[in-house]
Amino acid sequence: MSAWLTRHAQTSIGSLGRLSQHKLATLLTVLVIGIALALPACLHLLISNAQTATGNWNKAVDLTVFLKRPTSAEEATRTASRIKQRRDVSNVEVITADAALKEFRHDSGFGAAIDALNENPLPHTLVVTPATDFTTSANLDSLAADLRAMPSVEIVQLDTAWVNRLNAILETVRRGLIVAAALLALGVMVIVGNTIRLDIQNRRAEIEVTKLVGGTDGFVRRPFLYNGIWYGLGGGLTAWIITAAVIAILREPIGRMAGLYGSAFELGGLDTRATLILLGGGIVLGWLGSYLAATRHLRAIEPT
Amino acid sequence: MRCSSGTDTIRMIRFDHVFKRYPNGREALSDLTLEIDSGEVVFLTGHSGAGKSSLLKLISLIERPTRGQLIVNGQNVNGVSRRKVPAFRRQIGMVFQDHKLLHDRTIFDNVALPLIIAGVGTKEIGKRVRAALDQVGLLGREQSMPLELSTGEQQRVGIARAVVSKPPVLIADEPTGNLDPELSLEVMNIFRRFNEVGVTVLVASHDLYLLEHFPVRRVRLEGGRVIDDMPAGVSAGEKLVDPAKLITGAEGAMR
Repeated sequence: MSAWLTRHAQTSIGSLGRLSQHKLATLLTVLVIGIALALPACLHLLISNAQTATGNWNKAVDLTVFLKRPTSAEEATRTASRIKQRRDVSNVEVITADAALKEFRHDSGFGAAIDALNENPLPHTLVVTPATDFTTSANLDSLAADLRAMPSVEIVQLDTAWVNRLNAILETVRRGLIVAAALLALGVMVIVGNTIRLDIQNRRAEIEVTKLVGGTDGFVRRPFLYNGIWYGLGGGLTAWIITAAVIAILREPIGRMAGLYGSAFELGGLDTRATLILLGGGIVLGWLGSYLAATRHLRAIEPT
Repeated sequence: MRCSSGTDTIRMIRFDHVFKRYPNGREALSDLTLEIDSGEVVFLTGHSGAGKSSLLKLISLIERPTRGQLIVNGQNVNGVSRRKVPAFRRQIGMVFQDHKLLHDRTIFDNVALPLIIAGVGTKEIGKRVRAALDQVGLLGREQSMPLELSTGEQQRVGIARAVVSKPPVLIADEPTGNLDPELSLEVMNIFRRFNEVGVTVLVASHDLYLLEHFPVRRVRLEGGRVIDDMPAGVSAGEKLVDPAKLITGAEGAMR
């Protein structure tokens, strides 16, 4: 067992040494794989950041309930606590007419015009946050209907259309990501396979001699599989670096843009899980590409 | 599988009415029957194209017989599947005219290759490689590269690689083809020493100089058949009465 492990360690290091002897060729292969893997990684970041930027889904589908005028502040609070007892509601925030007016005065710049009004034209408002398990559009619609039926309620605003649209867009992008990732994965396998095929041709003499002295197909194949693994790992690391560079370049302008929209949004990079998937995916694809190529082309080489 | 321990006269290689026809239609071996006992040294002679190389390729399963039976060390080659070929070859040491060394590896790594393939432990490999190199007089050159060595030395590395895993059979195709007479004798003496410890040695050669110095069994091929089989001890000169053979001999000596 230890001899076996030693052999594998020696083969893997020998393979690495051989790759480093052909620096330019290895570098180009690794770079191509890296770019191919960086594309889906960047798409993934686009989606995850879009989700972060649009905020928490639950918040996005808050219902805004305007109460009838006149309703007393006490009545508003009572209504709020009644709604809050529902099982499909997680929170109710009361924005009293006075508070709403104050905010409006501050944000709108119509301060003087508002001062001219005799009374507060705004109603009390309740912001109802549905419980996490009840954010499907059917649930939301029935919740809205129930709220509308309450005596003190004037209008219930539920704007799910844009949420649905954004959801649909993100779903499309996510599907696109899967297709792109699959195609690029195939591309990586082809790149590795072709590189291994050339490598096998260049080492024909060595393969023949190894077979002559009793090397099995598995033994002959092993160094090529390690080549594939190294290519994949190198490609994964390169993809990670490319992605990190893209993030670094975009972080500052996106932060500024978010600031202009009054958001504290910050561009997120690859987390540990995504990084491991990227590196692991690279290794698996490199191994698979080299396995297919080596199995196919090594059979054809027999000593004569 | 025949049990090969015990008696001295066990059969190591047995060709039984073997034919070999290549895809291009050339018939290299034609109804060849030949038996070689364990522990024998046999010279295989004949013109180029007489079938010497084909015969050796059948033994090492580089080629397969078109017809007939070939049994090597108790195994019928027809029954050896593609997957079993590597294991089969490990019992045959092969020496080539062009050495077939790997030029990007040290002498040590070249000789160690069969042991690495067989999964021998690192320590044991070191011991056995040095022992094999010692036997061919190259101890101390482990870290040299093949091209730093002379042709004769490279051939000796090839021999060390062939015997390092202690195979029962050693086959050599024109092992002295590129060597001068003195180096050829040296190589043959190495073969003899392996034979003394029980290895069956089969050498294809048309080097007359060698044939004169080693009164071992001589099998002469022509047109893919055995046309002459002289037992050990008979000097080649005594039987060379055919003028055609003398011409062949002259050619061989000029190489």
